[in-house]
Amino acid sequence: MSNAGYAQERETTEGKVFTVTGGDWDSIVSGVDPMHDERIVVNMGPQHPSTHGVLRLVLEMEGETVTEARLVVGYLHTGIEKNMEYRTWTQGSTFVTRMDYLAPIFNETAYSLAVEKLLGIEDQITDRANTIRVLMMELNRISSHLVWLATTGMELGALSMMIYGFREREFILDIFEMITGLRMNMAYVRPGGVAQDVPDTAIAKIREFLDFMPKRIKEYEDLLSGQPIWTARTKGVAVLDVTGCVALGVTGPVLRSSGLAWDLRKTMPYCGYETYDFEVPTQPEGDVYARYLVRLAEMRESLKIIEQALDRLKPGRIMVEDRKIAWPAQLALGNDGLGNSLEHVAHIMGQSMESLIHHFKLVTEGFRVPPGQVYVPIEGPRGELGAHVISDGGTRPFRVHMREPSFVNLQAIPAMAEGGLLADVIAGGASLDPVMGGCDR
Amino acid sequence: MTQPEGLFGVTGTGDTSGMGGLVRNRPVQLDAARPYGGWYDEVVDALEEAYPGFSDAIERVVIDRGELTLHIVPAKIAEVCQILRDDMSLRYELCSSVSGVDYIAEERRLHVVYHLTSMTYRRRIRLECAVTAAEPHLPSVTTVYPTADWQERETYDMFGVIFDGHPNLTRILMPDDWDGHPQRKDYPLGGVPVEYKGAEIPPPDSRRAYR
Repeated sequence: MSNAGYAQERETTEGKVFTVTGGDWDSIVSGVDPMHDERIVVNMGPQHPSTHGVLRLVLEMEGETVTEARLVVGYLHTGIEKNMEYRTWTQGSTFVTRMDYLAPIFNETAYSLAVEKLLGIEDQITDRANTIRVLMMELNRISSHLVWLATTGMELGALSMMIYGFREREFILDIFEMITGLRMNMAYVRPGGVAQDVPDTAIAKIREFLDFMPKRIKEYEDLLSGQPIWTARTKGVAVLDVTGCVALGVTGPVLRSSGLAWDLRKTMPYCGYETYDFEVPTQPEGDVYARYLVRLAEMRESLKIIEQALDRLKPGRIMVEDRKIAWPAQLALGNDGLGNSLEHVAHIMGQSMESLIHHFKLVTEGFRVPPGQVYVPIEGPRGELGAHVISDGGTRPFRVHMREPSFVNLQAIPAMAEGGLLADVIAGGASLDPVMGGCDR
Repeated sequence: MTQPEGLFGVTGTGDTSGMGGLVRNRPVQLDAARPYGGWYDEVVDALEEAYPGFSDAIERVVIDRGELTLHIVPAKIAEVCQILRDDMSLRYELCSSVSGVDYIAEERRLHVVYHLTSMTYRRRIRLECAVTAAEPHLPSVTTVYPTADWQERETYDMFGVIFDGHPNLTRILMPDDWDGHPQRKDYPLGGVPVEYKGAEIPPPDSRRAYR
């Protein structure tokens, strides 16, 4: 073949196999005898820009129509759940935050709520800590939805949407950096409260964000909603109704876009969400366009929640009083990131032996958690994010399992893709907003 | 379980500080007794009424930290799920999570834990099945809850529990040719020592162990 440099072929027992790394598709398929076999198996991924990380799709095609779709996951499996069994309860925060890397605050909060429930200290979590958690979660929800909008825009041909989406997300990450010291994977929400207080500069920055963001969301809407290519690529594509969603375990914006207003913030509230005033947006169609509308509306609702959270942010403790659980160090932001404050180091090293022992015991050994198991679900940006945490009474988790919405939702791709066009596999898969770090853990 | 041994030959907690007060004692949860209180009675009553084999299938009822757990005879799990999903007064439509736990000290050490959600009544329930490592079989619930497909595959992958009747029980997160089931407690964490600023840091599972 003339294009041997691009598409190497070899004979196998199941027919001719081509390895396509570039080049002209027409000249590759012209090399295949069209009468030999009507069906062709296309292996998409794992390294494909449209698969949101390392997701592999094996598609059986008849012409442009997908007759069978199978998914292969696990390329990002890092054994986080196993690793957590060898670290203290507090260190667990730094592990779970790396699961779904677009929603770190949600992972941490689900895990921390579970540990707090095991400890039986849910009532002792201070109002300020709860409000900060809600504030951070909703900022994180917006940043996660922005990445969805940006990448999906890019995949469906709206390249400017990608630039805009990442621009605003960058602003949120700057806020995160001001508050936690890190842009992502910040291990900020810890069992017992949060790692450190929100500085005033960050509050001013969030106010600034609240100021311009509604206009920006309007811009995205103006850019995409009436756009003929966008609507053609999304309306009526990859439809999944309520029955299909529930049977396949799909929750979050995808479920709400098929008409069921199931949002754990409303139906099974936590962190005081029942006291906030917000709506649960739904759409009846259940297609990609409906998912887009629901996510846009959710960003607006999140802005409402952030505004309310800012207003009720009263001074107070951000960790539980209980000295047997509360992290002993006062964290401070230095030139090299988040660390122990110099006053705290001076205190334990120079003044109080008991404080030093206390610090040492709690930091190296950690606190013990009474035996038992709990399952705590929260509403992540992708759906129900559940933490199943088991303690045997020791200083480390006996088992932690995260019910990851990305993992569960991905099962719906065959149901949405089979019988549709190849191009719609991209739109349908993207509309689930899978994050492979969360899926594979 | 064997006493963990860490660096410097330390056994047990290695605690010489006198600060052992970080322990919080709490009685081990025993079987719940009737009446359970709240909606727990409603759920268990409705299941008893709808399911003739109730007494043969339910091993224990545990209520702990506001969560209802039914321990089910492994062979009956699919039947129980079917009733829980279809009965009008139970309606557990959504299977939130399926995962495994390895209680290595127990005879039937491999537990499969199901978290079901009733969207109608806004309730949750946990089902737990225990099987032995020698005979780790139980029926798949994929016919009742299609969403259990991948989660059962993950449980098989990580714990080696075999779900009979599953359409495609293969590894999902680990490579297809992997040996062993990594999240079992007798499977080592692994890792290599790392040199950091001149000191050698051992892998996490061979550092000093606390319990």
